[in-house]
Amino acid sequence: MTLTTGIPTLVRGRKGAYLPFIAGGALVVLMAVLPLLNISLPGILPGATYTPGTLALLSLCMVFAALALSYNLLLGTAGMLSFGHALYFGAGAYGLGIALKYLGVPLWPGIFIALLGGLAIALVTGAVAMRVSGIPFAMVTLAFAQAGSVLVRRNQQVTGGEEGMRLPVAQVPEWLVGVVNTRNLYWFTLVVVVLVYLIVLWVDRSRLGHLAEAARENELRVRVLGLRPYVAKLIVFLVAAGCASLAGIAYMLLQSGTQPSAVGADLTITVLVMVVLGGVGFRWGAIVGGVLYTLLDQRLTVLARSEWISDLPDVLRIPLSEPLFLLGVLFILVVMFLPGGIAGTIDGAVRRRRGERTRAQLARLDDAEQAAPEQVEVRA
Amino acid sequence: MTAHTAAPPPILTVANLSASIAGQQVVEDVSFEVPATGITAVLGRNGVGKTSTLRAILGLIHRRGVVTLAGERIDGLPTHRIVQRGVGYVPEDRDVFAKLTVAENLALAERDRNPHREFVAALFPDLVARRNQMAGTLSGGQQQMVSVARALLNENRILLVDEPTKGLAPRIVGEVADALAEAAKVVPILLVEQNLDVVRRLAADAVVIAGGRVVHTGRAADILADDALTTRLLGVSGEVHT
Amino acid sequence: MSSLVLILLTGIGLGALYFLVASGLSLIYGLMHVLNFAHGAFLTLSAFVGWQVAQALGTGSWGSFLASILVGAVVGAVFATVTELVLIRPLYERHIEQVLVTVGLSFAAVALFEGIWGTDAINISGPVWLRGTTEVLGAKIPNTYWVLMVAAAIVLAALVLFLRKTRYGMIIRAGVENRAMVTALGIDVRRSFTLVFAIGGAAAGIGGVLAMHYSTFVSAHLGSTLLIFAFIVTVIGGLGSLAGAAIASVLVAVLQQFANFYLDGTGDFIVVALLAVVLLVRPRGLLGRAA
Repeated sequence: MTLTTGIPTLVRGRKGAYLPFIAGGALVVLMAVLPLLNISLPGILPGATYTPGTLALLSLCMVFAALALSYNLLLGTAGMLSFGHALYFGAGAYGLGIALKYLGVPLWPGIFIALLGGLAIALVTGAVAMRVSGIPFAMVTLAFAQAGSVLVRRNQQVTGGEEGMRLPVAQVPEWLVGVVNTRNLYWFTLVVVVLVYLIVLWVDRSRLGHLAEAARENELRVRVLGLRPYVAKLIVFLVAAGCASLAGIAYMLLQSGTQPSAVGADLTITVLVMVVLGGVGFRWGAIVGGVLYTLLDQRLTVLARSEWISDLPDVLRIPLSEPLFLLGVLFILVVMFLPGGIAGTIDGAVRRRRGERTRAQLARLDDAEQAAPEQVEVRA
Repeated sequence: MTAHTAAPPPILTVANLSASIAGQQVVEDVSFEVPATGITAVLGRNGVGKTSTLRAILGLIHRRGVVTLAGERIDGLPTHRIVQRGVGYVPEDRDVFAKLTVAENLALAERDRNPHREFVAALFPDLVARRNQMAGTLSGGQQQMVSVARALLNENRILLVDEPTKGLAPRIVGEVADALAEAAKVVPILLVEQNLDVVRRLAADAVVIAGGRVVHTGRAADILADDALTTRLLGVSGEVHT
Repeated sequence: MSSLVLILLTGIGLGALYFLVASGLSLIYGLMHVLNFAHGAFLTLSAFVGWQVAQALGTGSWGSFLASILVGAVVGAVFATVTELVLIRPLYERHIEQVLVTVGLSFAAVALFEGIWGTDAINISGPVWLRGTTEVLGAKIPNTYWVLMVAAAIVLAALVLFLRKTRYGMIIRAGVENRAMVTALGIDVRRSFTLVFAIGGAAAGIGGVLAMHYSTFVSAHLGSTLLIFAFIVTVIGGLGSLAGAAIASVLVAVLQQFANFYLDGTGDFIVVALLAVVLLVRPRGLLGRAA
């Protein structure tokens, strides 16, 4: 069967086969060196690249790029539309805080505990949610995320309730604390996003990834072959959740705190927007989507406060001063007219030039849904 | 010199029809014609693409190719438009609406201003008696009657009938065959059927499908008489059962 | 005893609210296989507009209360219809994209509402009687619950009548069972899609206005939490089943009230736990179609 993945095909002798890997490596080097350089991109970055403000923004971009990568693994590779992915992100963030505050452990064991906690929650919620598939699955994951959000908001003592939780800095090594060390946090998040990328890449290329993809396209066929798509999908789910937890941990360190919105459905939908904008099924698309969204959100918020906007008549001013409205409309337009997202559209154009078949990830998910005899499947 | 009356043009023509379900090719390249009168059978083993061919003609699955009804192309139209042009459909597995009553199932199917209610009532008196019964509680045979009745209510140019006798007791099979024979007097029928006795009784022409393609066409009687052919293509002997 | 009566009756009242929102969702999903994320936005907009109308007419009167409900229903229906025609219909058969588009719409709509009406919750008031209670068997039931029950009963009756007695209702009932066969009978289901969206929107609109009175405030996020409960109710009741939605609404709400009262405010969790149990034991829901 045709398995199309986001993996650049390493066909020997084909022109430019190694290009993506070289480009990726160069990008990482560039990003690592950025804090030492003095590049300014007015309008996009709040300051030059060595300033803490810019570094903090770029770090946030990378955290969300990592989260988007993990979500793309779930949606693009395994074809599972989840509305509760943020639960694991929040689990990582809050987990770290709780581990440091109540268990008194130093940073690295705390990270480990938070990661484990996220995986445990993912195992339970994932196993239950996967009793159904497709849209019912999405609804269930939504409910779980909501429960998590409520849990966090209610328990004032443990999680700080509505106000959020501050990072207990006592156990965090000095070089990761404070505005002065934003650079170090930047490099930390860079390591996290590269790590997540490598994990996602590894899963995509492995037998596990191929099995999950085949199951995404035609689950019945995979089962008939005697393979067990359920286990493959669950493992992919867990890996995606684990990566999300890692991103959450980085978030907690970066922001020196977290808040209930890091857990609920709203954040998952934000990640969904990122991944769709970037292009479902493309790893680099997820990164582009995560970075673009974060930048747009920040810049549009700044723009909203500018003078020329407040001078506009209400009918124009109100929509333009709400960044989320603009992003939502952009999202709708992309889904309706450019369902491949940025990466998908570019990839499609390149493939058409090469005469290859284009990939339409969302359409494949639709086809798989149509082929399923019932929307609500009973798991044996 | 023989007096030769020109045969009326075929009611349905299918040319280079191919179809796929969720990316999986189920009909490769099917071409045939259905005469304007009588019953034409579609024969073939299980899974060769007979049902898919019917569904492709109706546009229920992704298809490519040319399909014309009474000379006009219908392959680009959505299903409901094709049906509105006068195509009746009796699906495999009957597909009656279980939570609707018999009367509602039939009422839903009425397209024309003057549906053939008396004709259908005369043909299926049992259904008249059961008009307020939930269709889901009917027996297989009764559901089949509902399914056939639905197609007969309207003025149709052709009926596409898919394995109407599947899973039915022999006596009911006979009743269904009777109903189809009656219907064939007024409307041509394209009939997918595995039961060769029914085919022998009803069909004038036949099309044989294997591997998603048409491999043989001809008079039904001739095909069924050719034992070697039937064994090879249908997996069963064409012998008459007493 | 009186606390039991209180829990039961408030549970039924709350269930009535869930039903108002879930009924549309269930029908929409059952017929179109679309998860309408924007349902919450329909609800919220109806509440805001209904409140503006009530304010214009004077919030204390019953006339303005009824007018606001009516307006809410109309606003919900119109918003839903436009959504279906502009966003859903062009994406025919592409269910994932349809879901995504409704997600985008809810995303954008909430932001727009915040822009228009602000991010803070706005306190609202209605007829004075709504703030009072009525005593039943020793339990003091806040009067908003009675209104909810009556409204849900009327909507349920109207829906059942529509489904059973009209041709479009028949088409929708058949379409929920087997949409392909309905098209194979020569019926254009797309019109039913729009109709079902409009009906769902109207019910959600009524629900929105009443939810506003129930919680005594209106905000851009009014629809969001309710929507999640409505999703849960729809899954538990069985996707596409109106009766299932009705039963599940009451079941979930009563259970929630029990848990809130006796188990120290854990109503939200119990609901999610119930969802988990139903999924493990009977994934198709109470009255959903068998796989």
